[in-house]
This record gives sequence, structure tokens and C-alpha cells, in this order.
Amino acid sequence: MSRTGRLLPLIVFVALLALLGFGIVWSQSHLPREVPSPLIGKAAPAFDLPRLNTPDEHLTKADMLGQPYLINVFASWCFACGQEHPVLMAYASKLGVPLVGYDYKDKPADAKAWLARHGNPYHMVIADRSGRTAIDFGVYGAPETYLIDARGIIRYKHIGPLTPEIVRNELAPKIATLQQEARS
Amino acid sequence: MIPELGQLALILALLLAVVQAVLPLLGAWVGSRPLMAVARPAAAGQAIFVALAFLALTYAFLTFDFSVAYVAENSNLSLPWYYRIAAVWGAHEGSMLLWMLILNIWSVALAIFSHRRLPEVFAARVLGVLGMVSSGFLLFSLFTSDPFTRLLPMPANGRDLNPLLQDPGMVAHPPILYMGYVGFSVAFAFAIAALLGGNLEKQWVRWARPWTNAAWAFLTLGIVAGSLWSYYVLGWGGWWFWDPVENASFMPWLVGTALIHAQAVTEKRGTLRAWTLLLSIFAFSLSLLGTFLVRSGLLTSVHAFAVDPKRGLFILILLGVVIGTSLLIYALRAPRITGGKPFAALSRETLILILNLALTASAAMVLLGTMFPLIGEALNLGRISVGPPYFGPLFIVLMAPAIVLLPIGPFARWGKGDKREIKRVVIHCAAFAAVIGIAAALMLWQRSSSDLRLILGAVASAYVLRGVTMYAAKRWRGVPRGRRYPAEMAGMLLAHLGIAIFIAGVLLSESLSVQRDVRMAPGQTQTVGSYEFRFDGVKQVQGPNWTARQGTITVFDASGDQVAVLHPQKRTYAGGRVQTEAAVDAGFIHDLYAALGSPLDASAASPTGGAWSVRIYDKPFVRWIWAGGVLMMLGGFVAAADRRFRIKRSVADETSTHVAGPLPRGAGDTEAST
Repeated sequence: MSRTGRLLPLIVFVALLALLGFGIVWSQSHLPREVPSPLIGKAAPAFDLPRLNTPDEHLTKADMLGQPYLINVFASWCFACGQEHPVLMAYASKLGVPLVGYDYKDKPADAKAWLARHGNPYHMVIADRSGRTAIDFGVYGAPETYLIDARGIIRYKHIGPLTPEIVRNELAPKIATLQQEARS
Repeated sequence: MIPELGQLALILALLLAVVQAVLPLLGAWVGSRPLMAVARPAAAGQAIFVALAFLALTYAFLTFDFSVAYVAENSNLSLPWYYRIAAVWGAHEGSMLLWMLILNIWSVALAIFSHRRLPEVFAARVLGVLGMVSSGFLLFSLFTSDPFTRLLPMPANGRDLNPLLQDPGMVAHPPILYMGYVGFSVAFAFAIAALLGGNLEKQWVRWARPWTNAAWAFLTLGIVAGSLWSYYVLGWGGWWFWDPVENASFMPWLVGTALIHAQAVTEKRGTLRAWTLLLSIFAFSLSLLGTFLVRSGLLTSVHAFAVDPKRGLFILILLGVVIGTSLLIYALRAPRITGGKPFAALSRETLILILNLALTASAAMVLLGTMFPLIGEALNLGRISVGPPYFGPLFIVLMAPAIVLLPIGPFARWGKGDKREIKRVVIHCAAFAAVIGIAAALMLWQRSSSDLRLILGAVASAYVLRGVTMYAAKRWRGVPRGRRYPAEMAGMLLAHLGIAIFIAGVLLSESLSVQRDVRMAPGQTQTVGSYEFRFDGVKQVQGPNWTARQGTITVFDASGDQVAVLHPQKRTYAGGRVQTEAAVDAGFIHDLYAALGSPLDASAASPTGGAWSVRIYDKPFVRWIWAGGVLMMLGGFVAAADRRFRIKRSVADETSTHVAGPLPRGAGDTEAST
């Protein structure tokens, strides 16, 4: 066997290693992962969901038109939501737009207990027990955050826990843009 | 206190692993016996400390020590004791500990069995290489995945073991699978030791064979267990999904299958030496890669890397060092001259070579498909996933030649096959397959179905089956009693029989299965295939750490006799997670399978229950899939137990390594018989 023949496995392996290394670097720079959402720039799906604490009252998409707002998908069973929670607690009041909690596939009692224990950063919380509306939103897993503008169009989506960096560097500028749009 | 002792044990194990890695290899290099003699005690000591660490973690689980972060994350007060033990390997940190424990079990077994059977220099090198691997993993564990990290303040209760893992199948699955994965480290260490030594171009293969066969058998069983588990727990009625985690175990299996065949060639004929070395490295590399893919979550889960990026990088470096170094050693030291006895175009060597090509091409295909999302990302094409439509047909196409040649393999002699005999075998097998194929076609016509997979399955399975029985019959007639089926050959026949059963199981169950997703109110019936399923409502049942809504479905056959009562469950675990438990009435000919979907009207919330969506299957021959796998596993173990591999060699014999001694005739030498 020639020398290159015997080196071939090593060369192939180095290429594979480079690919895996790329995977790590990529998942770091896209932390948390951005799955390009086909819904960005499109109208948010119509929703009609009960409020967590007062299930008789429903919140619909129409109720929210006219102002930009955030929807944050969370659940009491979701580990990463616990990591994200302190960030929401710290920033919710400073964002300048309403933060709607979207309790995803959760038992109301569990969600209430969870919010009671960790604090409630949300202006209101809606509950999607079956997760059916979440399918329309293209929810990929909790936590996820959607920024919806005054005309009801999804402008930004973030998958995975929010970090202070993401809130400052991505979310806050986007919100500022939307607020400017709404004023003009 | 105990967790700190566990951590200390891991650190001591690391020190001993480094000793086991460095001193014996150094000793083998300079020819110092005292240094080489360090290998065995170091391996034993390391194993003891890793076992102590493992016990410490188990103890923490059994005593609900939620001050240990890993315990708090993966168990809670209501988790029964057997699942608390299984929880030890229920997540990342503990899995790595189990990985190392099993590596140490293999090392110690090798240290014991190699005594006086292997040349001392060689044994020292093998144990040294295993020490290297172990050091890498211990470092990884201590620096990035310490299972003993404390959690302060200590929570009153833990979270939960992933309910998916709370299943008897899942308790056994990881240890068995790891026995296989890690078992390939032995063949790997043998190959590296042979490359380092340079003068054992083929003797090492004989010593490595039983170890490789045993590891392969464990891996086979592990995959079977995983497949059964997904069949019962995931509630989709499927048994294989080509998802990255499954692929991660399947790639080493494919290459391992190639390896056990290539080893036979190299051992008996001396040919394919470099190829066997390379496959030994590949098999273990793919095991490592599998561990990496599963543990890093690079391809599967959304947030795994977000938790700890250090981990992915560390294991990637580990991967690079272990595999890169071995491939470099291979490039530098692989045998330059192709040795061994020559062989004709029609010979067992050629057939095994074709099989090897088919298996490695399949493994490469699976690797490519598994890495596809990453490749797409790297080339800026977006994250593309390929699924069953890619894997399934390509796998069948790539493996088809191997199946066609399978019956001929045992008949073709080493060196040069007998054309007349092979022609006779092919005609016999093809004729038998044709008869069965026509029967299958008639059945298809009768069912007015056009699923050709039924015919394909029947034909392929009959063809292989006939080949296996013909060879068994030939041995029965031609060889005196007592020597007819030496263990190595019996293992081969069992495994090949397993392939026939497996093929039948796969294609027949795929083509004949009937599936219904229906809304059922209590008392309502549904006909599936030739069976009638009656839904008798849902009631509440209580498990140790879950409550469930349990359906009752009574099954009647065409004549109205009751054949089964199924109790599918929808469980809610103490941690709040919901889990489907399918109910399966398993049978030789077919399985009746039912899973609960979701309640469909408000009255379902009442104890008697209203209408539910129910998933019902009649799956003929599905059990044959796993039966085939179990036969292959048995084949691996039986072959590994061949007495020929355990012959003690005198010291004088051990050192005469340059000359390939004549192989012992008889027992396993298949060409001696005909």
C-alpha cells in the first residue's frame, strides 16, 4: 500500500474532526440556537387562550393589537426555563413592552406553584395545556421568546433561554425599533 | 462525606490510569520487565477505585442525597429503589462513570486472561493503551462532568429521572450497550499494541478474536434491547428510527461485523492484515464518536451545549488525540508488504472482502446521513436532516450484495472455491427462495395488496435460510460426530440464521402491519386486520411514583373468541411528565399492540372515561426482528467461547513471534473438513 493510501484514513478523520469542531463553534456563536423561523415577518397565528389565574377570561390576538409585545413560552417542567427565569425577573420591567407568559403543556396548578416560588415576571400568563396553539406558533421547545409588533406580525424569535447579553444586544434594539415604528 | 470519597476515588483512579498507561508502554519500549509488570496491578487498582466511585454515586442515589447536584437532578423521593440505581446512569455524568467502570471491567478481564497466554511485552502494551483511553475519560469526567458536584443549598426533593428511562428495558440497555461499545477498546488496544510492536503482524488477531466477538455480541444485544424499548415506550409501534442516537450505536456494529469477519481471514490466511488493523481502529473510533454524538447533544438535543460548552470541546479534543494518534501510528507502521496466502477470485477471502466493503460503505452512509445537518450548516445550506427515506433504501441497496453472497460464504473454501459446488448451492437456494416467493405473491394477491416488500422479505429470508441449513446439513453428513459443529462454526451458523429471521421480521412486519388511529368510546369496536378490538373504557391506576389512566381493550379473533386483553397506559409521573406505555400482546406470529392517545371529550376526565383516541396495530412477525438479533448475539458469544482461542501457550512458543506457526488443525478449521 502506498504511503498516501495509509494516510487516507487520517486525512478523512481530520476532515470529520474539523466538521465537529465547526459544529461546536457554530453552536456557541449561535447560542442559543437560531432555527430560521418561517414565521418571522409573517402575521402571528390567531390565538385564543385562557388566562392561567382566571381561566374564564381568554386572551386573543386581537386583544393585543396596537402595541408591540413579547410572548415567552415557559413551563414548570422545563429545566432551561428555570435558568432563564432570573433574567426575565431582572429585565421584564425594563423592556418597555408587555411580557406575556405562555404556559406550555403544563398543569395549571404546577405552573402557579412554579411562579409563586420563583416570582412572576409576566404581565399576564396564558395557558396552552394541549399545546395545540403552540404548533401554529412553531414552538420548538421551551423556553422560546417571540416579539410581535403592533400589527400582530412576528418580528423576532429566540429559541432557548434568554441571557442578559441577548436581551441587551438583540432583544432591546429590536424592541426600540418597533417602538419607533409604532410612534411614527 | 461519601460523595467526596467518590471524587477522591476517581482522582486516585486517574493517577493509577496514568501509571498503567505510561510505565508498561515505557517498559515495553526499553525492554524492562519490572516496568511492564506494573500493568496488571495498576489496572486492578484503577478498577477498584472506579468501582468505589460508582458505588459512592449509587449510595448517594439510594440515600436520597440531594446535596449532590446529579442526584437532585435525576431522582426524587418517590422514585423506587430500582430506578434510583438505574438513575446512576440516567444522565450524562453517571453515564460517563458507567463507561469507565465497564472499560475497567474489560481491562481487568484482559489482565487476568492474558496472564501466561500472551507474551508479556504484548500484554503490557495492550494494558498500556487501555490505560491511555481510561486516563482520557477520567480526565474528561473530573474536569467537565464531575458526578459528585455538590448542590447548595440542598433542595428538599429532587427533580425526576426522565420517565422515558423508567422502564425495565432502559435499566439494562445502557450497560449492555456500553459493554459492546467499550468492548471494542480491547480489539483497538490489541491493534495498537501490534502496530507498536511491529513484529506481530497476524498473531495478535487470534488473541483479539474472542474479545471482539464478545464485544460485538454485547453490542448486538444492546441494540436489540434499545429497539425493543423504543417499541414499547415510544408508542409509535416502530422499532428503528434512524435517529442520531441509534445510528451512533449502529455504526460501530456495522464496522464491528466487518471486523469479526476480517479477523477470521487474517487469522486463518494471513491476508488483509492492514485492513484488519484499520477496522479495529475504526470500530472503537466509531464507538467514541457515538459517545461524543450522544453525550455532546450536537445533533440531537436543543440545549445540551448551552449548558456546558467545555464538555463538547474536551471530548472533541479527546477524540482527536485518541483516534488521530492511532491513525497516525497506523499510517506510519501498518504492514508495508501484503502478506499471507494468495487467493483466487472465487474464494472465501473474496466473499468476505465484498461483505467488508458493503458493511463499511453502509457505515459511511450512516455516518454521512447522521452528520448531514452539520454539513449543511458548514456549507451554509441550512440545517438539513435526512431521515428514513435516505437511510432505508440506501442500506438495502448497499447490503443486498452481501445477502446474495451469504449462503455461498461458508461453502467457498479459503484460497480457491469449488465452482461446481457453489453453483449447486446457488441453484438450490434460489429455487427454494423462488418457491417461497411465489407463495408470498399468492398471499399478496389474496390480500389484494401490492406491497412488494412482502415478496422481497420472503425471498431473501428463504434464500439465506436455505444456505444456512444446507451448510449445516453438509457438516452433519460429512464430518464425524463430535467435530461437526465446533463453537466458532456453530456461532457462525447461529448468526447467519439470525440474519434470515431478521430479514423476514423486518420486511414481513413492514408490509403486513395494519395500523389504525381511531376515536373509541367505551363499548365501541374496531376491526383491524382479522381482529376485532373492543374499547372497555379507562380507569385510574396508581404506580409507585406515577398515576395513570389505564385503558382496557379486549381483542377477539374472527370466530369471536377472546384472544387478548390489553392495558395501555397514559402515565403522569411525580415530576409532572406524561408518558405513554403501549400494551403489547406478543406472539410468535404477530403482536397486537395498543397505545392510548388523548381523551377526546370532557367526560374522559371522569373515572369511567369517555372517548379516547387509540392507536391499534396488528404487527405480524415483528418479534422475529429481535429474535434474529438475539440469534446473532448468541452466535457472537458461542464463537467467542471456542476452545481454540483459549489454548495456553508455552513461554517458548510465545516468544517465537516472527515465524507464523502452523495453525492447529481440526476444531475450528473449516477448510480441514471438506
